[in-house]
Amino acid sequence: MKWARTFSGKSICAGVATAALLSSAMIAQAEDAEFPKVGDTILTTRVAPPEGHPLSEVISGLEYRTSETKDLQLDDFNNPGFLLVDEAEEAWSTVDGAAGKSCESCHGDASESMKGVRAAMPKWNEAAGRPFTLENQINACRTERMEADAWKWESNAMLGMTAYVGLQSRGMPVDVDVSGPMKPWFERGKELYYTRVGQLDMSCSNCHEDNYGNYIRADKLSQGQSNGFPTYRFKWQKMGSLHRRFKGCMENIRATAFKRGSDEFVALETYLAWRGTGLTDETPAVRN
Amino acid sequence: MAQAKPRVKVPKKASKDEVIAIKTLISHKMESGQRKDKEGNVIPRQIINKFTCEFNGKMVFGCDLEPAVSANPYLEFNVRVPESGTFKFSWVDDDGSVYTKESKITVE
Repeated sequence: MKWARTFSGKSICAGVATAALLSSAMIAQAEDAEFPKVGDTILTTRVAPPEGHPLSEVISGLEYRTSETKDLQLDDFNNPGFLLVDEAEEAWSTVDGAAGKSCESCHGDASESMKGVRAAMPKWNEAAGRPFTLENQINACRTERMEADAWKWESNAMLGMTAYVGLQSRGMPVDVDVSGPMKPWFERGKELYYTRVGQLDMSCSNCHEDNYGNYIRADKLSQGQSNGFPTYRFKWQKMGSLHRRFKGCMENIRATAFKRGSDEFVALETYLAWRGTGLTDETPAVRN
Repeated sequence: MAQAKPRVKVPKKASKDEVIAIKTLISHKMESGQRKDKEGNVIPRQIINKFTCEFNGKMVFGCDLEPAVSANPYLEFNVRVPESGTFKFSWVDDDGSVYTKESKITVE
């Protein structure tokens, strides 16, 4: 799959620099690969899978896009996702709700406090007794601590804030904890991933495990990794959440889609995050 | 679209007569006028139909935008800078509003 390794105008010598950052298990990988870079941040788009993983190599969706699309993502000015990120940066320090607080009142500087948060999501929330996605966590903060209205899942405010918080983890490897109370959610997600549904009788794995790298009509199938979400998608002409993507996939196979934020999608997100273990967070990514 | 927000990237410094690249991006839905809503009514067209860039009051780049241009239009172009001055960028919306942004450049 040589096409995936060439990056127009962005070729870098990843050998030494990357090896220093990665654990020893990944060094063999890093030495022969050239990874894309955004600013000074290296995006690990190919990585050896964790134990028990069904794939031989975990590959980011970025590798399957055209050089034009990659160029957009790899430049923060050109990346249209940053329009919402800029708005969220303002919202971070804007007071909202009855408690007279902003995100900043508790969390301070986002570039410090939110580092690595996105990479570990979804995460078990003891108080709620269920896993929290980034959207759940933001809304819990808004309703409980700020006493403000919850944001809608697919609202610009929510997309911007998840992208802004996610951006603080950009370049950090995805590493979710799927043990303990997360185990049943992980198993449920796995079950959903491999269950055939809809009139076309397809499961996630039929495309994203059996056929990644092949064409589906005019588009190249990726492994369906979640490390770039929320993502600016050309088809949507705006940013969209992971659950919107799930919904789109399910509608494509003519199944009745679950709702955004439903238990099913949270379970699937949990399993999918594990499938992308080791890939770096790319939020806000650009896809077509 | 009151919240249309422009982003502009102009180098802060340049040498005399240097050709510099300018990048612009603006958030706008660029509604084409070809789509219908759930009830079947046509969603009225609302796009940015014109973009201009002035340097010290003189137009150096401009273009018309058509309904086929995607949301959040991104424009990149080159300009030769003979002297220090101010770039003024304007986006003209179908509804008559004009979004503007200025940035300065120093020529050494």
